Amino acid sequence: MTDKVNEAFLVIMVICLALLGLVTFFMIFLAVRYRRGKNPNPEDISGSLPLEITWTVVPAILVFIMFWYGWVNFKAMRTVPEKAFNVNVTARMWSWSFEYPDGFKTTTLMVPAGRPVNLDIISEDVLHSLFIPAFKIKEDAVPGMHTRLWFTAPAPGEYTIFCSEYCGQGHSSMISKVVAMTEKDFSTWYQTHGDKEAVGKAVPDVPKLLDEHGCLDCHTTDGSELTGPSFKGIYGRKIVVISRGKERALTVDDAYLLSSVLYPDKDIVKGYEDIMPSFKDELSEKELAAIINYLKELK
Amino acid sequence: MGTDFYMNTEGRKGVLSWILSTDHKRIGLLYLYAVLGFFLIGVIIGLLMRLELMAPGRTIVNARAYDSLFTLHGIIMIFFFIIPGVPSSLGNFFLPLQIGARDVAFPRLNLLSWWLYVIAGLTAISTIFLPGGPPDTGWTLYPPYSIKTPTNVSGTALAAFIVGFSSILTGLNFITTIHRLRAPGMTWFRMPLFTWTLYSTAWVQVLATPVLAITLLLLILERAFGTGFFDPAKGGDPLMFEHLFWIYSHPAVYVMILPAMGIISEIVPTFSRKTVFGYKAIVFSGLSIATLGYVVWGHHMFTSGMSDVSSMVFSFITFAVAVPSGIKVFNWIATMYKGSVEIKPPLLYAFAFIFLFSIGGLTGLVNSAVATNVHIHGTFFIVAHFHYTMFGGAGFAFFTGLHYRLPKMTGRMYNFRASTVACIVLFIGFNILYFPMFLLGWQGMPRRYYDYPPEFHGNNFISTIGSWILAAGLLIMFINLARSLFKGEKAGNNPWDGTTLEWQVSSPPPQENFEKIPHITRGPYSREKNIL
Ligand SMILES: [Cu+2]
Ligand SMILES: [Cu+2]
Repeated sequence: MTDKVNEAFLVIMVICLALLGLVTFFMIFLAVRYRRGKNPNPEDISGSLPLEITWTVVPAILVFIMFWYGWVNFKAMRTVPEKAFNVNVTARMWSWSFEYPDGFKTTTLMVPAGRPVNLDIISEDVLHSLFIPAFKIKEDAVPGMHTRLWFTAPAPGEYTIFCSEYCGQGHSSMISKVVAMTEKDFSTWYQTHGDKEAVGKAVPDVPKLLDEHGCLDCHTTDGSELTGPSFKGIYGRKIVVISRGKERALTVDDAYLLSSVLYPDKDIVKGYEDIMPSFKDELSEKELAAIINYLKELK
Repeated sequence: MGTDFYMNTEGRKGVLSWILSTDHKRIGLLYLYAVLGFFLIGVIIGLLMRLELMAPGRTIVNARAYDSLFTLHGIIMIFFFIIPGVPSSLGNFFLPLQIGARDVAFPRLNLLSWWLYVIAGLTAISTIFLPGGPPDTGWTLYPPYSIKTPTNVSGTALAAFIVGFSSILTGLNFITTIHRLRAPGMTWFRMPLFTWTLYSTAWVQVLATPVLAITLLLLILERAFGTGFFDPAKGGDPLMFEHLFWIYSHPAVYVMILPAMGIISEIVPTFSRKTVFGYKAIVFSGLSIATLGYVVWGHHMFTSGMSDVSSMVFSFITFAVAVPSGIKVFNWIATMYKGSVEIKPPLLYAFAFIFLFSIGGLTGLVNSAVATNVHIHGTFFIVAHFHYTMFGGAGFAFFTGLHYRLPKMTGRMYNFRASTVACIVLFIGFNILYFPMFLLGWQGMPRRYYDYPPEFHGNNFISTIGSWILAAGLLIMFINLARSLFKGEKAGNNPWDGTTLEWQVSSPPPQENFEKIPHITRGPYSREKNIL
């Protein structure tokens, strides 16, 4: 994609710099050449039709050229090759979730380098925008609507993903990455990730999980306050929650922690907002259990 | 010469002689003070934002506070400074003077629109102190976020709604005034160019602002009663808001820039001591900008999920608007050809305007091309672009207008050396502040970012330094202008050798503007003057 954007950019920049140079040069030149000291007696010239026509027609042609480069390159950027690898993207406050054809989900986008990848994007809550600066592409994630974007990662490596449509306090930390692998590495990864055994053996790395799912955008682990209550010392804490409009007091235990991750809108801790998304389809049972154990220890 | 308008208090005392006056000159000054007050608040908020972004991570405030800062900065600068800025202050004061009238067509409506403006401004500021706190949605107020957030979005929407009415009333008033109250002999093509741009602007205010009013009302209803206009779960559509919002807010850009262009169109001929080059070309380009400006709003939505064909059409029309804007710039410059150019402060500010606005306009072409837009949309490139057009453009033109017209309004002249220094400091500070943002945007830094990865640090740091230089320039400029009110030398009636009617009355103008309504026999920039 980069070359498409760059080509249009180059054409526009050359024209723009030429025009800016021309305008600035004549502005300074005429002001100096016809300064009062040198030219005390002005000549009253009120216009020139040939000149007006020139600076209407020439810029009109130039803007058409710029429009054309912009449009043609855009069209190429929008035409998805047929054999593209499809990934469904879900944006939410404030994390990304990528779902592969076999139903497996990740928080970083794993792709084969050199193969076109088509993203089918939706949002669960507010507007977001998936932006990969390295490929110079972006497209909004809109609730209730599927948008799309495609790219080919030129070489194996990591490329940052930003959210470029303002979406609240976590906007600037809604960062992920594209991990492009060789075809061989990718197919190995793609075949083993779904293997419950292989995944089952690995111990979930909880701090990494919390970071990748955006939990830490709102909940700190050091007791300081962000959008949500801090994780530090949360287990066993006595809190007041609002459930369906009614206040009630409870003590944080395993069941409460589980329910707040899966159904966050059920009980809202008093004084906080009802904005947390559900992680029902995002975390495995094993991961949930590991997170709850981790929170128990976080005194 | 009769007494100047400061003397005539219509029997009221002190501040009442101002806030109840229906004299267009007093209302123009009321607007000027109010507009500058909001500008000052906006500047302070902007400086705080730059301070926060000086280094990655938390610098002075937390994320929510930062989000409120950029929202308030946008709301205040756009709705309370740039949109009303030139038309309501300088426009109100000079429109009747330029066309040889004693006042606007509806003086009491004029006062009402000032009151609405002030009430709206107080409403906007009050959101900071009311429960919920200041809004954190960005000035664009996009749902669904603006519906979910517990902050005071409704109060902000209400403020913009009220100020919209103020804007509509001013528009109506100006249109009627220009149609009905031109002095005998002042045909349409003998009208000064500043008046022409106020006329084009007024139509945009009258026709586009109601769309904003409706949109804001829908947003308030949605927040209060969950009506679901923009909520897909209830059959609504967030994209509909984006369309409605930009159907107003793009034309609003021309409300900001057209009067600015009008100011420049008068200053270049005055300081070249000759008539303007291509009067009719400038008039018609202004009208076509105002007209085409209604149908380009989709260029804010190329990556919103809107159809590709819409993107093509909107891109094409947006490029078309560039042509008349260019025509204006070329004519201003050609005006100096074989003139007798004297670079006094107003012309110096006008040159700064032309250069900065050209950068703003030309980088606008990068935004208008769909392919490049996909990369820079929603990044700091956009922030840089619109600050070059809105601040480097409309803002600098406002400063230009102040330097040109303040001596007429107050009867006193400011210090030339200080205003030249201010202009140079402002120009340098401006470029150090905003140019790095183009680079940041091209590198990929999204806008409205509270925190950023380390690769963006350098340019953010430079930009913050620039903000301090710019602030120093503003300080020098405003102190110099304010000082002139008390200590300035008498300016005389026509310090710049201007040719339009306002330069032929005394400074400050008399209560009734003209003892006898003049009879117009010449074009506005003809060096032979009309006989009063
Ligand atoms: Cu975001
Ligand atoms: Cu626009």
